[in-house]
Amino acid sequence: MIRVELPQHLRTLAKVGREVQLEIEGPVTQRSVLDALEARYPMLQGTIRDHDTLKRRAFLRFFACEQDLSHDPPDTPLPESVASGKEPFLIIGAIAGG
Amino acid sequence: MSNVRVLVGTRKGAFILTSDGKRNKWDVSGPHFAGWEIYHMKGSPADPSRIFASQNSGWFGQIIQRSSDGGKTWETPGGGLTPVPGGMPKGESNKFVYDSSPETGKPLTTHQWYDGTQHPWEFKRVWHVEPSLSDPDTVYAGVEDAALFRSTDGAKSWHEIAGLRGHGTGPKWQPGAGGLCLHSIILDPKNPQRIYIAISAAGAFRTDDGGKTWKPINKGLYSQYIPDPRAEVGHCVHHIAMNPSRPGVLFMQKHWDVMRSDDGGDSWKEVSGNLPTDFGFAIDVHAHEPETIYVVPIKSDSEHYVYEGKMRVYRSRNGGNEWEPLTKGLPQSNCYVNVLRDAMAVDSLDKCGIYFGTTGGQVYASADAGDNWAPIVEHLPSVCSVEVQTLK
Repeated sequence: MIRVELPQHLRTLAKVGREVQLEIEGPVTQRSVLDALEARYPMLQGTIRDHDTLKRRAFLRFFACEQDLSHDPPDTPLPESVASGKEPFLIIGAIAGG
Repeated sequence: MSNVRVLVGTRKGAFILTSDGKRNKWDVSGPHFAGWEIYHMKGSPADPSRIFASQNSGWFGQIIQRSSDGGKTWETPGGGLTPVPGGMPKGESNKFVYDSSPETGKPLTTHQWYDGTQHPWEFKRVWHVEPSLSDPDTVYAGVEDAALFRSTDGAKSWHEIAGLRGHGTGPKWQPGAGGLCLHSIILDPKNPQRIYIAISAAGAFRTDDGGKTWKPINKGLYSQYIPDPRAEVGHCVHHIAMNPSRPGVLFMQKHWDVMRSDDGGDSWKEVSGNLPTDFGFAIDVHAHEPETIYVVPIKSDSEHYVYEGKMRVYRSRNGGNEWEPLTKGLPQSNCYVNVLRDAMAVDSLDKCGIYFGTTGGQVYASADAGDNWAPIVEHLPSVCSVEVQTLK
């Protein structure tokens, strides 16, 4: 079970709480997590990554285990503690000031 | 008795104001989509319970919302919660993909950037939604970077009407201060094949074959900020308005200049007349008097607020040139707000109601065609758009 934490506006849009849980078969990567998230909550398609290029939207960041994973290749395995469900995969709205 | 529903899009959510035909007391619901920019909302003339809203965020991009109960509840068409992973419907209501097919898109990959260089087309947001006059499932969207999209399944999926960009003048289109936006869509009520659109800064265009082909309709416009002031395209048209009873007569608020056309846009003449300044964004036409038009003069292109710190709507009762200021009930000192291009609307009651919203968060209404005004709500976030539904 993979845990994904969403920013507030996406929680409202998807009508979910702070964290959603996803079942993923195979390697746990940014791509597989986001594929599963968008499949479960189709209204999130296009809000986290571009519809066509699947690139991360510029003002969003991906964190996990106190690391910034935003610039990792999408098929890089996520940390074991994310794959095991011990730690959440965080989708964060980039904030550069007040 | 008739009711009125006013749809207000703001920088931080949507608000819906309702009143009876007297238009004295207003109920306010909202914010809907709190925290998101709502560039525009508009109800379907074919089914007034159906409302479309353009919801946008710099972080999360474009969302299209749809209500089928007059704004009480909303959904993202095609994006409903699915029961199990895999095999579920695609959420496509926010998917705006430019047509680049050789058959219909005539791939047009660049427009002019601020510095004059060519720049690839990139989708940013929906500025305006225009529901069909006859089918509640058909709706048009004007987007940035400028293009026209249409949905025929209630905003679930969108397809570009590619003939507009296929016109071939795209490399001469350039963004205005707000971006390269298609902001005005007017459907001809007497000729379903005819649509008018306007782009800042490209100008106005018209199709007479349902969108297959388009022609620029900018003859008579004069813009000093482009190399050829009388160019076929490149003009910063801010808004166009039409009275449905006379679809060949158009009124335009250009960057500077108020214009009118009596031949479906084939030619324009200036009707700024005695306006204190002819810069502005909003323009609209009285519901029952097609020669009565309204504008809100703004000081200048570098100072986007009302002239002399006074909120004045100007009305012409003879189609332009002769204008009178309307001030009763509007602030006449220390007022420095703007009224954006989609932030003025009229109802179709007798007497005609006029409504506008400001960047200061007020929505003003006049229930007597502009003679007297009152704020019907204050202290909202900055208002992007105002539309009105007259409900029987």
